[in-house]
Parts: sequence; structure tokens; C-alpha cells
Amino acid sequence: MKRTAVFVLCVAGLGLVLYPIMWLVSASLTPVEDLVANLRSLFPGRITADGYAGALEGAGGESFWTFLGNSTIVASGAVIGNVVSCSLAAYAFARLRFRLSGPLFAFALVTIMLPAHVTLIPQYVVFQQLEMIDTFVPLILPKLLATDAFFVFLMVQFMRGIPHELDEAAKIDGCGPIRTYRYVVLPLSRPAMVTTAIFTFIWTWNDFFSQLIYLSSTENYTIPMGLRLFIDQTSSSSYGPMFAMSVLSLVPIGLFFLAFQRFLVAGVATTGLKG
Amino acid sequence: MVLAERVHPAPVKPVAEGAPPRRPRNVAYLFLGPWLLGAIGLTVAPMVVSLYLSFTDYDLFNSPRWIGLDNYLKLFGDDPRYLQSVGVTLRYVAWSVPMKLVLALAVALLLNSLRGKGQAFFRSAFYAPSLLGASVGLALAWRAIFDTWVDTPDHALITIVLLSAWQFGAPMVIFLAGLQQIPRDLFDAAAVDGAGWWRRLWSITLPMLSPVLFFNLVLETIHAFQAFTQAFVVSGGRGGPADSTLFYTLYLYERGFTEFRMGYASAMAWVLLVAIALITAVLFRTSRYWVFYGDER
Repeated sequence: MKRTAVFVLCVAGLGLVLYPIMWLVSASLTPVEDLVANLRSLFPGRITADGYAGALEGAGGESFWTFLGNSTIVASGAVIGNVVSCSLAAYAFARLRFRLSGPLFAFALVTIMLPAHVTLIPQYVVFQQLEMIDTFVPLILPKLLATDAFFVFLMVQFMRGIPHELDEAAKIDGCGPIRTYRYVVLPLSRPAMVTTAIFTFIWTWNDFFSQLIYLSSTENYTIPMGLRLFIDQTSSSSYGPMFAMSVLSLVPIGLFFLAFQRFLVAGVATTGLKG
Repeated sequence: MVLAERVHPAPVKPVAEGAPPRRPRNVAYLFLGPWLLGAIGLTVAPMVVSLYLSFTDYDLFNSPRWIGLDNYLKLFGDDPRYLQSVGVTLRYVAWSVPMKLVLALAVALLLNSLRGKGQAFFRSAFYAPSLLGASVGLALAWRAIFDTWVDTPDHALITIVLLSAWQFGAPMVIFLAGLQQIPRDLFDAAAVDGAGWWRRLWSITLPMLSPVLFFNLVLETIHAFQAFTQAFVVSGGRGGPADSTLFYTLYLYERGFTEFRMGYASAMAWVLLVAIALITAVLFRTSRYWVFYGDER
């Protein structure tokens, strides 16, 4: 009896929570006239793929595929950068002994909480002087230098759990720190790597602020920036392509979520990761 | 596995007789290299520079001129839109953080009474908005669903608060993990003593969960002060109508990156940093009165 009540509550709550997502899918498939007449209902009438045709044509003179390509480059660069640079730093903090280990790690933890705005303007000025505005460099380079210290923390926590006997064994076999990292610690840290890779991908895919600041020409726009071109349009005539492109932008996240939800939820639960 | 290959003597570079063995601490800085470079070049140095710029009239095109405290004085004495953005942001934090945490806790309590596959399914499903809600695409949908509210100054902010509260999934997952750490025998003992549901919630669950609650509160508060994307999209990029959704970061963006008044924007960034640090410190100070760690029981 009580179990049934809880279950019913969960289903009802889920319906409410998932409504905006279902609404978005429905709106992307509804002709504009029907949508405007029945704005908040799901699948009010006819179904059309016109919105998707319009979305693939893109916005601002560039096709959707350009935006998709750019987003993919930026997200892949960020994933590779974070996984490599954060795992290197994490290995040093978790497994090697050096004099400044304590203070440097404390500093890394503090930078997690630092609002990006205090470093943003000088960074922008430097990239501007290097003539790298409107390239992907300012979006990827910080990841290659492990500025997402959160993931350093995540990997340190994980690597500390790997038994030290394995390092000792590797040492006896003649491995220095580099090969111990490469052949012992790195393979055993795969769950932490996967968590880092997925969250970096999703956050970069969704990121808007830094792309808004650094990307200026339409041919370099990522998907969020492409969607931004619809923000200024107040008329509802562009609703079809706008919502269709929104759905397309969320598909990779949805797929990652379905494929890796165990990793994602476990990652949040154990580290308090900001989702 | 890889280790098995290594059982056989691996080729080792012979160390010269008498030479001291290579110190591992040198290698440590090799591994730390990228991070160190980023920490100095992209964090410490820019922080120092932005602090300096906040005392100048830098505008990206002319070299900075020292103007002392002028930017800070103007912020608090002569810029009504800045004070408006502070007010909007404080109201947003004060509404969205408690709303999100209460929702997260309620759903976590609900899911905690489920077991096994059902719990895993609902946990994942309720978590999904946390990933999707940060996107421009979903914010556009939100703007259309609440189209009548978005256009009225009295309701526009509520729309963005709701969009934030909707993403309660991440703190919910953390709460649920915390709930599962509470020893069952505490509840059994309380039930024997005749404690009802509310009493158990108030006297066992909440105190035992208070470290997790504190953690979520600090994290969400720091995060809420920096909210940008959703306010940008929902308000059409300008904080409207009538500056009713002019978030702090939105105004900073406007001053710094559309007007290129970078000295002024740097001063705004430093006030934000100090405000966040102060509020975090206050939260930590109050925590001793309401956060209970296991060993004090």
C-alpha cells in the first residue's frame, strides 16, 4: 500500500519533471500555426519535419553541420586535454612525494571555487594580443593546462585508493615513475578517466559563456552559439527550426546519458560533482 | 594484465656506479608541468593583473591609466544598474538555492523508500534535467513555455528561478547517497520509542544528513552567484524586461565585453570574488551550530 503510493508519486513527479523535455520534442515536430494556437500542449495536432529541415539549413548563413563540427572539435579537444593533463597532475599529487605537494594541492582545491570572472579579462586580453580571438585555442588550451582543477581532485581521490603494493612491484621490476604511471596507475584509473571524459564533454557541449566571449564569426560558431542567433528573433516564425535545432543539440547529451548514466550518477554521488 | 608482462625483468637503464639514484621529486614537477603552467599563467597571473586593472580605466584599446578607487566608488555610489544587478542576483540566490535543495531533499527522501531497480531508474530519470537544463536549447524551450511571464518585470526572474530549481538532480543524488549512510538501527530504536515520521525526520535524518546538506548549500550558493547562460537566454541577452533579470554576470559581460570597459568589469569581478568568499566564510561559521559530524554524537 505504502509502496504503491510512493511509486505513484514518483511517476507523477517524473511526468512533471520531464514535461519541458517532452514539450520541446513535441514543439519541434509541430507546425508553427498549431504550436502558437496551443502553446503548452503536447502534440496538439499535425506533425511535420519542416522544423528539422530548417534546422539543418542552419542560421546566420552557416549550416547546422558547421556548428556541429565546431562543437565536436571544441568538445573533443577539451576531453583530451582534461583527461591527459588532469591525470598527469593527479598522479603527481596522489603518488609522488615532493616538497610543495601539500601547499600546491591546497591551492588546486581553492581554484575549484574561484569564479572564472577574476581571471577572464586578462586571459581575454592575452588571447587578443596573440590574435587568437575567434579561434578554438582559448577554448581548448586551458583544458590542456588542467585548469579544471575539479578533475585533478577527482582523480587524486581515485588514485589514492589504488594499492601502493602495485607501485612497489613496478619499482622492483624496474619501472620509474613515468612507466608506473603509464602501465600501472593509468589503466587502473579508468573509471575516473571515463567520469572525467563524460562530464568534460557534456559541460563543454553545453558551455555558452566562454564561447560567447571568444567566438565572433558565424563560421566558427558552435551549436549553442548557433542557437543564440534565434534569441534575438522575437517572431514565432522561426519556432520550428529553433526548437528542432535545440532538440538536435541535446541528442548527444541524451545518448551519453543513456550510455553512461551509471558512471554519471556514481560520479555525482561519490564526489559531489556539480551536474 | 600489463603487470604480468612486467614480471620478467624489464629493460632497465643501468645506473652508473656511485651516482645518486634519480630523485623522484624532480619527476614530480614533470608530471605537474601542464597544471603548474596553467595555475601560474591562467590563474595566478591573470588574478593579479585583473586586480591591477580594477584600479584603472582600461578599455582594451588604450593603455590602462591608474584611477585609484574610482571604479569601486562608481559601482556603489553612482551606478543604479549595478545595484540593480546586485539586487537581482541576491534575490535569485535567496530563492533558487533553498527551492532547489528542498526539492532535492524531498525527492531523495521519496526515492530512499524505494529499493533496487526502481530506485536506480527514478534516480537516473530525475537526474537528467541537471545535464540538459544547463543548455541553451532547453533555456529556449523554457522561454517559450513561460512566454507570458518572461515579458513581465514582476515574473521574469521567477521563470529563471524555476529553471534552476528544475535542475535539482545533482544535489538529490548526493542527498540520496547521504541518506543511505545513516545506520538503520537509529530508526529502529526511534520507532521502538514511538517516534513518528516527522519526529524521525527532524531528530535523526536531518541531523545525520547535515554535513551533506551543508556541502550542497555551499556548492549551490557559490554556483548560483555565477549563473549566466539561463539568464542570458531567457532574458534575450539583455537582462530585460526593465532590467528585472539583469544578473551580476550579465551586467559584467555587458560592461566588459560589449562596451569593453574592462577596468570597470575587473572591479566587478573582484567584488564578486570577495562577496562569494565572505558568504562562504559566513556559512562555515554558522555550520558549527547546525552541522553534526558523526564523531560528536
